Amino acid sequence: MNATLVALAAIFGQLSLLAFGGGNTILPEMQRQVVEVHHWMPASEFSALFALAQAAPGPNMMVVTLVGWHVAGWAGMLVTSIAKFGPSSLVTIAALHAWERFKDRPWRRIAQKGLVPVTAGLVAASAVLIAKASDPSWIAWAITGVCAVLAFRTKIHPLWLLGAGSLIGLTGFGQ
Amino acid sequence: MKHAISPPAAAGSGTDAGLATPSVRDLFLGFLGLGFTSFGGALPLARRTIVEQRRWLSASEFTDLLGLCQFLPGGNVINLSVALGMRFHGWRGALAGILGLIAGPSLVVIGLGVVYERTQNDPHVRHLFVGLAAAAAGLLVSMAAKIVLPLRREPAAAVVAALGFVAIAVLRTPLLPTMLVLTPVGIALAARAARKQGGSR
Repeated sequence: MNATLVALAAIFGQLSLLAFGGGNTILPEMQRQVVEVHHWMPASEFSALFALAQAAPGPNMMVVTLVGWHVAGWAGMLVTSIAKFGPSSLVTIAALHAWERFKDRPWRRIAQKGLVPVTAGLVAASAVLIAKASDPSWIAWAITGVCAVLAFRTKIHPLWLLGAGSLIGLTGFGQ
Repeated sequence: MKHAISPPAAAGSGTDAGLATPSVRDLFLGFLGLGFTSFGGALPLARRTIVEQRRWLSASEFTDLLGLCQFLPGGNVINLSVALGMRFHGWRGALAGILGLIAGPSLVVIGLGVVYERTQNDPHVRHLFVGLAAAAAGLLVSMAAKIVLPLRREPAAAVVAALGFVAIAVLRTPLLPTMLVLTPVGIALAARAARKQGGSR
């Protein structure tokens, strides 16, 4: 229909099939496409949308829906959602029939184990890129650092951390 | 053909007596509730809903199905909604599961998006968003640490992770070529480790 929708479908269709290890592995590529290749929004805005999606309930990939809507309205949201959730779902359906046969094969365990370091590198890259784009001031870096330590060391609910970060931001202190 | 894997009621492993078979409507509503109420990742709540509350799967069936969903690309719980729906009611079940799961969060997130677009020029809102985004980044950093730190004891795997990090975060290489190079390396290392383990036994 129009070039933007076609581009959204192509980007998110590819990301759908590359998202081994969950959604956070594809954040950097999503950011690269949306910010650097297509200039649909600045990096700071991409981070804001990511943060909004984190504050919403549901699976942790709702930033996909939000990006589609932000770029091209309801049509963008629909195209992006289908492109992101469709292909991986079809793979799941196809694999469901074969899973009983291949789940105990040695190569299955090896492939899964081999993907772990790749996933680790990608999620680490996500964290650094999102933090860089989210933190324009020392106080924002401090919020990121404290939240990271608390989320890592304690079982505190993430919503409390998001709420506390927002309140500290609201004071405008250090900005 | 629709049920290549038999529904749990028919699997009959003795302890599964209390399991319930959901209708298409149950699947939609169950995942709708899950989508609306799971904050900060849906997996812990998915387990509680599916295994303990609604009793659609036994604990071991859930773990088995989750194993498949973690192995494949895509979000774990999203794949789980598709796999579970497919298993009970074929295509209609799969569609009911995933639509239920993402319908609520999609509406909530777009509601938040509307508020954000209307108010983003207000300095208070801008300040609030700096804090929110910084906290969200912190959560992501903690998740990365949890995945990366266990690699300390595996130097070869750590090198693969470091290469992936540099390619994506520093060189900004596209994801597809990065994965096409690093995934075979990671799998080769895992295969070598498995062979060594087999040989020493």
